[in-house]
Amino acid sequence: MTATTPRPASAEALPAKPAIRLGDLLFSRAALWSGGLILVILAAVAIFLVAQSIPALTADPADFVGQPASFLDYVWPLVFGTLWSAALALVMALPLAIGIALFISHYAPRKLAQALGYLVDLLAAVPSVVYGLWGIGVLAPAIQPVYSWLVDNAGWFPLFAGPVSGTGRTILTAGIVLGVMILPVMTAICREVFLQTPVLHEEAALALGATRWEMIRMAVLPFGRPGIISGAMLGLGRALGETMAVAMVLSPQAIVSFALLQSANPSTIAANIALSFPEAYGVNVNLLIATGLVLFLITLAVNSIARYVVNRRKDFSGAN
Amino acid sequence: MNTKRAGSLTALLAAGAIVLSGCAANETATDSPEPGATSDAPSTLSGTLVGAGSSAVGAAQTAWIADFQMQNPDVTVTYDPTGSGAGRETFQGGGSDFAGTDRAFNDEEIAAGGFQACAPDSGIVQLPLYISPIAIIFNVEGVETLNMTPEVVAGIFAEEITNWSDPAIAELNEGVELPDAAITPVHRSDDSGTTENFTDYLFQAAPDVWTFEPDGVWPLESGEAAQGTSGVVDAVTNGTNTIGYADASRAGGLGTVAVEVAGEFVPFSPEAAAAIVDASEFVEGRPDFDLSIDLNRDPETAAYPVVLVAYLVGCETYADPAKAELVKAYFTYMASEEGQANAAENAGAAPISSTLFDRVTAAIDVIG
Repeated sequence: MTATTPRPASAEALPAKPAIRLGDLLFSRAALWSGGLILVILAAVAIFLVAQSIPALTADPADFVGQPASFLDYVWPLVFGTLWSAALALVMALPLAIGIALFISHYAPRKLAQALGYLVDLLAAVPSVVYGLWGIGVLAPAIQPVYSWLVDNAGWFPLFAGPVSGTGRTILTAGIVLGVMILPVMTAICREVFLQTPVLHEEAALALGATRWEMIRMAVLPFGRPGIISGAMLGLGRALGETMAVAMVLSPQAIVSFALLQSANPSTIAANIALSFPEAYGVNVNLLIATGLVLFLITLAVNSIARYVVNRRKDFSGAN
Repeated sequence: MNTKRAGSLTALLAAGAIVLSGCAANETATDSPEPGATSDAPSTLSGTLVGAGSSAVGAAQTAWIADFQMQNPDVTVTYDPTGSGAGRETFQGGGSDFAGTDRAFNDEEIAAGGFQACAPDSGIVQLPLYISPIAIIFNVEGVETLNMTPEVVAGIFAEEITNWSDPAIAELNEGVELPDAAITPVHRSDDSGTTENFTDYLFQAAPDVWTFEPDGVWPLESGEAAQGTSGVVDAVTNGTNTIGYADASRAGGLGTVAVEVAGEFVPFSPEAAAAIVDASEFVEGRPDFDLSIDLNRDPETAAYPVVLVAYLVGCETYADPAKAELVKAYFTYMASEEGQANAAENAGAAPISSTLFDRVTAAIDVIG
């Protein structure tokens, strides 16, 4: 139809094959390389961990520091401590993160919301050593009387069993510090997802007579569920791998215990590596790297489960 | 945006210029030393000396190196505080010229030999040049010092004595008002020479109460644990009714324990700590230049028995004679009054006694 319109001669001279510009080529290759590099780095880390772990897995456990009965015996309290402290952090931080995100996205006046958003992001910029110092210098001494009171008055509850720690450097304190540390990333993701809720859904809910809370429950939260879960998983990943803050705040022992307020707490894998590595030598270095491999596998498993949960729920979430 | 970018570029250039000029200044200083700068300490030594090992000696090494390099501008000494075990391994493998270690090489390790930096058939020189008292610190309101027997200390850390008002403590401290409160003992959560020496003290002085072998890792699953010396000091300071052990130089304003030795209560002091080395025997069957000490933590005389003794280890004969000269000079400096005073000031070490100094000097003469 447009054949009759006059065209510049140069356009007619174009070849049938679409021209590939240098910029396009460079960009697509760069993107491909970047994507591939992630796999290479991950593989390199995995290979290093496995290769360095083998001597520890085949060694006589009697050569290890503290003479555990076996490698599993050594690593199990650490695995437990890692999962337990991360779970505590998540339980405390997730409701708070959703609350803050909802306040910023749906309740606060715009100016306040912006300022609050910046503040939360600022929390993420604080180095973990500073959180650790805050934990031992401020939080632990301040919260110790609360722990004493809890043990005296609610000691029948297994989690609050005595004897209470005299310094407040317990796994609950570590969990609180971890919770504060993972709060920003979870809040940021939840906030972004809640802001993406289709306005039509929200308006429809309000038009049907829903209060603001009902609207959030019916429209915003179902839509945001995959986002909440992936935010929680990112936070959990950080909590699982956090090293310095836990190493500084926690009073660790090689035990498995759910008690929150005692001096003897299970240590975490990352903190144990940080504490033991400086003086480790020989097969004990491999032992620590092997625990690192276990942490790597745990994180991988947690992320895979999260991915599975998000995918399975997708169809019902209202996100489509 | 543009001005911002230009600004950051200027800043970068400025920073680069500063860095480069810094390098240049350094180079001129080392390449052509001003005659006046080195006239008071003329030194013909030059070269690089590599050491590695105990982190307990780290602070002292930093001070020693700074001073020694000032006197010998053409010598570079490095010390990597990787830990005692790693330090011994590195020295044995020839990766370092000298080692710092919380315990001397034992008979089996020496018999196995194979010290790569040394000439074949060379022995090793082991010198106890770093003596550091370990203070037993506590935080009980209104109490500055307490008397304790080794059995009481062991009982507290083994959690057999759990209350400050326990008669075992009270009867040793008449007139001191102790609270009716639980004791929170704090120990190191990391593997450390301080823990090894402290548990060795408990093991030797109170064998009935403390039945655990000395170890760098705390042997019990009880009490509070904290990271590093600062961690323990922080935990004791911030907690209430706590007790712990830490390098004496870090005890600060905390209360300290005077431990019972031969019927007397001895508070920690540099002199009392150095005296324990003189009250102990050298390990038998070693050559004169191997000053390994069998620390006697339960001596007959009133010396302070809770100490950490770290050794500096070198070769009797180096494969490289140039290294021997450097090591000799550095060891001589560390053992000297000046070197020991430097460690006392900067790392809280106890200067070695004159008896030990004579033995050490004789041993250093062997290095060749």
